[in-house]
Amino acid sequence: MSSVLHAIVEPGFFGSAQVHAALAITGAAALLCGVIGVFTVVRGQSFAGHALSDINATGGSAAFLAGISPVWGYVAISVAAAGAMEAIGIDRRRGRDIATGIVLVVGFGLAALFLFWDTTLSGASNATNEVLFGSIWTLSPGTVPIVIALGAGAITLLAVIYRPLLLSSVSSELAAARGVSVRIVGALYLLALAAAVALTCVAIGAILSTGLLIGPAAGALHLSRRPWSAMASATAIALAASWLGILLAYDSYYWPPVGNGWPVSFFIVVLVFLFYAGARIRAARG
Amino acid sequence: MTQIAPVSADASPGTAPALAVEHVGAVLGGRQVLHDVSFALGAGELAGLIGSNGAGKTTLLRVILGLQAQSVGVVRIGGQAPGRRASGVGYVPQKFELDPDLPVRARDLVALGIDGNRFGIPLPSRRRRELVQAMLRAVDAERFADARVGELSGGEQQRVLIAHALIQRPRVLLLDEPLASLDLRSEHEVVALLARLAREQRIAVLISAHDVNPLLPAMDRVVYLAGGRAAVGRTDEVIRAEVLSELYGHHVDVLHLHGRVIVVAGPGGEQGSDLTLAHAHGTDLEVSP
Ligand SMILES: Nc1ncnc2c1ncn2[C@@H]1O[C@H](COP(=O)(O)OP(=O)(O)OP(=O)(O)O)[C@@H](O)[C@H]1O
Ligand SMILES: [Mg+2]
Repeated sequence: MSSVLHAIVEPGFFGSAQVHAALAITGAAALLCGVIGVFTVVRGQSFAGHALSDINATGGSAAFLAGISPVWGYVAISVAAAGAMEAIGIDRRRGRDIATGIVLVVGFGLAALFLFWDTTLSGASNATNEVLFGSIWTLSPGTVPIVIALGAGAITLLAVIYRPLLLSSVSSELAAARGVSVRIVGALYLLALAAAVALTCVAIGAILSTGLLIGPAAGALHLSRRPWSAMASATAIALAASWLGILLAYDSYYWPPVGNGWPVSFFIVVLVFLFYAGARIRAARG
Repeated sequence: MTQIAPVSADASPGTAPALAVEHVGAVLGGRQVLHDVSFALGAGELAGLIGSNGAGKTTLLRVILGLQAQSVGVVRIGGQAPGRRASGVGYVPQKFELDPDLPVRARDLVALGIDGNRFGIPLPSRRRRELVQAMLRAVDAERFADARVGELSGGEQQRVLIAHALIQRPRVLLLDEPLASLDLRSEHEVVALLARLAREQRIAVLISAHDVNPLLPAMDRVVYLAGGRAAVGRTDEVIRAEVLSELYGHHVDVLHLHGRVIVVAGPGGEQGSDLTLAHAHGTDLEVSP
């Protein structure tokens, strides 16, 4: 029995402080992404969410240059980008997509420059990998409380604006007629989204963080008819993919090339995809 | 034609009308879309807001809701001082798309009508559930209460939206083209439902439409919009050649055919004007076998 367990969970998994930190951070990211991702998909803002995630590469690489924790870079750039998107006007769909796309490209350009400087000038040779694909095993101990606090703050904000946000996500006109300040609710939602992508970037990097934001929510919409259960299913998918991904990444230290674990983010996004595909197939079968 | 039983706005003197619109004007994109529009509706009255595309129906409804920038005039709900935004007014917007995978059941949308504007997470409450169920029953929507709203047919969605708007017990219910994209049968059903709700719940109901005919059996009053101005009164007072010619600023004829009303530009009128197209088209479809 224990040998079976050992075959699945390599020795030391549950005792490792690194594993604890990784489980905590991906847990917070998964919970937040599960809840907010449903709104992002329902509001048809997957592209905006994707852009907001990707542009974190700029913040992360700038933080390396400045010699501070990348978390602060992610938070700063996410909030700034969310503010820019709000100013552009998130409701004019076509204009929004174009403006978002252009800002994103400029952000990536800057990231390319910053990452070049990171690796050449400041000698942070691993910066590119960490920023783009995450650095869950090499976090500084101070990161965990920051991420937890950020996640708790964003979840609280979402709980406060839950009803007006849901109504304005169904129809901004219905919400406005009911006396909701659609603009303010939308701005607060973007703030929570900024926090969500920032802490997801810590876990799996800027490039792949959309996977955790959109994938579980998109899968959950195939499984649930109610807002609550959609958020619960999305959270469950995100959590399962994240924690299973961490387990597999830990195990992969013993896979070839032995002694070099495979990237966590790879496992997580593949698992998210499998869950998504499973949900679609289940829904198609009725 | 079905009997029209007008309920006068000032049937009981001393009580303010449910809805009073006084000298309302609105400018949109530099154009005077509404000019000095005034009318009143009493509790339990059902009125049609008739006008062709671009006549300003949606704009007027948004003024009543307090959502229209750049508007002048006064709107009173139950005689209340103006300015209390969106209180006491239920609204069903002009057709909008609901995605079929939206994870919101019909009953969830109706529940959002109670407190969708409040902060915080709603606690599960029996009273709330029963209120939603009663409202669904009132609009005959219990059958599809647990389906996703985006999966419902147009007529079913209208019922759910009406329930959403009515559950907060407004004095006034505004519906923007609720009959568009409904087939004849659903059209009759929705009009009958609205007439019943107006009567039973003592609500003033204002329904916008480009064709007057579906509303004829149920309508107590008509607000006819053209050229930014409004002609207001009982149906037989307003839908007359003299009144509408005056409103349109050129000669129009009002024809009665098999109990239906057709408004067409007369010999001197502009051929192919909005008016001719909107009304003749709608009627042609239904008159021909
Ligand atoms: N935001 C805007 N800016 C400029 N003009 C506008 C705006 N909104 C509406 N209009 C104009 O105001 C006029 C009235 O529009 P409104 O939507 O009230 O018409 P409507 O009667 O509801 O038409 P429909 O039957 O097509 O719904 C139209 O000519 C329209 O072009
Ligand atoms: Mg309109």
